Amino acid sequence: MDRSVTGRKAFTLPASDVPTQNLPDSSLLRDDVELPEVSQLEVIRYFSVLSQLNFSIDTNFYPLGSCTMKYNPKINDELSNLPGLANIHPLQPDVTVQGAIRLLKNLQDDLGEITGLSGVSLAPLAGAQGEYAGLLIARAYHDARSDSARTVAIVPDSAHGTNPASAAMAGLEVVTVRSDDQGNVDVENLRELANSNTAVFMLTIPSTLGLFEPNILEITKIVHDAGGLVYADGANLNALLGVVKLGDLGVDICHSNLHKTFSTPHGGGGPGSGPVMVTNELAKFLPKPVAVKTDVGYVLATPEMSVGSINGFHGSFSIAARAYAYIKALGQEGLRSVSENAIISANYIQAKLRDKYDLAADRYCMHETVLSAARQKKRGVAGLDIAKRLLDFGIHAPTMYFPMIVDEALMVEPTESESKETLDHFIAVMRQIDDEVDSAPELLHDAPHDLPVTRLDEATAARKPVLRWSAEV
Amino acid sequence: MASSAHTSPNHPYIPSTDSERAEMLGAIGVDSLDALLEDIPAQHRHPKLNLAAGLSEQELSTVFGSIAAENASPSSGYISFLGAGSYSHYIPSTVRSILQRGEFVTAYTPYQPEAAQGTLQVGFEFQTIVCQLTEMEVANAGMYDGPTAFAEACLMAARVTKRTKIGVLSSTDKRLSDTLLAYSKYQGIEIVEVAADATDIPDDLACIGIQSPNFFGEIEDVQRLTKLAHDNGALSVVHVNPTALGMFKAPGEFDVDIVTAEGQPLGVPMAFGGPYVGLFACKKAHIRQMPGRIIGRTTDTKGRTGYALTLQTREQHIRRERATSNICTSTQLIGLMVTVYAATLGKQGMKDLASLCYQKAHYAAAEINKLDGYSVKSSGTFFHEFVVTCPSAPPKINEALLKKKIIGGLDISDRSESGMLVCVTETSSKADIDRFVKALSEIGVSA
Repeated sequence: MDRSVTGRKAFTLPASDVPTQNLPDSSLLRDDVELPEVSQLEVIRYFSVLSQLNFSIDTNFYPLGSCTMKYNPKINDELSNLPGLANIHPLQPDVTVQGAIRLLKNLQDDLGEITGLSGVSLAPLAGAQGEYAGLLIARAYHDARSDSARTVAIVPDSAHGTNPASAAMAGLEVVTVRSDDQGNVDVENLRELANSNTAVFMLTIPSTLGLFEPNILEITKIVHDAGGLVYADGANLNALLGVVKLGDLGVDICHSNLHKTFSTPHGGGGPGSGPVMVTNELAKFLPKPVAVKTDVGYVLATPEMSVGSINGFHGSFSIAARAYAYIKALGQEGLRSVSENAIISANYIQAKLRDKYDLAADRYCMHETVLSAARQKKRGVAGLDIAKRLLDFGIHAPTMYFPMIVDEALMVEPTESESKETLDHFIAVMRQIDDEVDSAPELLHDAPHDLPVTRLDEATAARKPVLRWSAEV
Repeated sequence: MASSAHTSPNHPYIPSTDSERAEMLGAIGVDSLDALLEDIPAQHRHPKLNLAAGLSEQELSTVFGSIAAENASPSSGYISFLGAGSYSHYIPSTVRSILQRGEFVTAYTPYQPEAAQGTLQVGFEFQTIVCQLTEMEVANAGMYDGPTAFAEACLMAARVTKRTKIGVLSSTDKRLSDTLLAYSKYQGIEIVEVAADATDIPDDLACIGIQSPNFFGEIEDVQRLTKLAHDNGALSVVHVNPTALGMFKAPGEFDVDIVTAEGQPLGVPMAFGGPYVGLFACKKAHIRQMPGRIIGRTTDTKGRTGYALTLQTREQHIRRERATSNICTSTQLIGLMVTVYAATLGKQGMKDLASLCYQKAHYAAAEINKLDGYSVKSSGTFFHEFVVTCPSAPPKINEALLKKKIIGGLDISDRSESGMLVCVTETSSKADIDRFVKALSEIGVSA
């Protein structure tokens, strides 16, 4: 902050009410801490004004594919901040936190019911940690059977980057299975790759193309017949609530991003929460802790052959509280309605734009549709330009250039939260932008025009990194 | 035309009505939702979901009210002396107020920098504050929590030194080393314990991982240990308590290579363990091995200052299995809380806070040390935690304390005989401390 004035303050601490204690040797002590000196109003105004530079769900349509930018109910923030939930210490004796552990247990049960995988640990702090925990479980399972030669993770070419990165952390060699021309896993290729080295097959369901894998039962059978486990990346679980249970399809392990499907705020990039769900057989390997109901009440337990602690305490508790509130508010019918409406909305957008934009796969999608700007690219405008132009209309850009197997990908996920009017507005804007490709291409090349900044020089940012404020620069 | 038969219209979170759904299905060219679901094996479609019916907001509030009421907290009259990685501190109104801004709360990771300058500039300020507190050259935009930051720092040291043996000081919190174990288990890494008073270490260590104040609240000789590491070609990784940095010399003064911390004490509720934020800083020379998001300052096409994610070629979405970490979603919003907290307390506030915590903890220790049967084991300089050797088993004492609405210190008898790790911060008044001391005295050997 470059607005410090010596002597200003935003906060006063109480005077000490204990007798003065001797300070340690001055050689240990610090002279000064270089922090801002500003008034309280300056703090509030500074951060309030900064907030106004953001797009957010509260203020903008945010059709960011695979991120599930749905409404984040305000009541969930309020309830998770109740003093009885916010001001409890993670190491309090179980008897003093019965409500908190009961909440965790109930959420475990609900997630188990929704996914059909009844062993649940809420410990993972984000999707990537849930993935990593899942892979640790797979490795522990094979190790326990003295089958430790299984060191390969098979990952589709359409997978999110965290899949191979997590696999590498778990010491697994990543082998890529191809997608066929319909965007499905190439089953014959998988059959060639699955063998006695296969530890796990990591599959995103629905896929990053927004498609449900029609050969799923055959796929899980191929992997199981080879002795491997099936891990489902649940990033796209918003399509499946009450529509299908992963456990019924032969999935052994999955994670869910509570900050996607279960409406907890993304916070500009976290905090998240990525619970891991497994079959009964694998439950003994779950990361600790797991909430359990016993005769003497609720306790936090360590599963018998747990893969251990993947973080400091019990996971993102106040995120879990928000997700639980969301599930309770929607209930059985409401959750089903979430997925059904998300699927209808995505297909509606796809149907209304398919004459102007290519589709990654020409079939019905689930909760998101992957468009390709290949046609626009031939006319001189890239997917990036279209994404940036959308910002001028107050619409957040879709996910760009992902999945990598699609040329000029624009991944659009409207979610169930958006009204038909909003979808129609988006469709109209996307059609107008397609017109502009020919009529006013410079509008796209230079977009965005009306935001706090235009396109940024990211090359210089990386070449000569300036990563902190300092008085000299 | 059949609409989707399953939907229960008009939930407050779902705007589409039956007629709108029917209209959209018509535009898609199907007459029912099921036509969109044909890729899903029919026998598994629409399973029974054994969940309760949805609740109104008012009912939901009642449910949560009763859950919260089952927990013992200051609002139900309890005082607590637990620390060990999560600390009770007063959270200023500015932090709570800014946290209400939906523009921060409901934004995504800033992949479109033009639409996320607020989040990005806060992240840049966060990095600045982490550098200022630690006196390190560069910091990232945050890790999941303190223990994962520490684990990733040790793994980073292994990459930098191209060595596979990680030394962890014996006085370190097991939560740090356990997380490191889970993170490094399948990466061919060996973890070895280094005695806190070691004068010699193996010459093939990637780093010495040091916690200071250590698990027992004592300040370690970071300068000496860092020199010991460097003399043996290893890095020094130091996990600090950020509140202590308001008072004690920063690791940057001692040539430390990587610094991590649990950010929770800086304005984040204890919330039964999370979400928190890991602070992560290092020497500039090692930046390309640093995990996590990094935000840089740059200019736009009109020459105006702006901020963007940078050095992304380290990250999983580009580097995939060769990334420095699998971290993706991290803890930006908690970083905002830390940033507003540090800006609010400012230069003087951080000093005053550290001093207040120090004074109160040392007062409590001195009073407890006067009691028959109890003795304070921590020697040297401790910050706001100290070890009390109790006259009977700490769990028994804690049970008796609980009846007096006091949540005692952490039972650490597995690491220190009859040991209780007591934590005192500025949120304990003298009256609270005196009440605790009196209760300990009354319980004594009878527990």
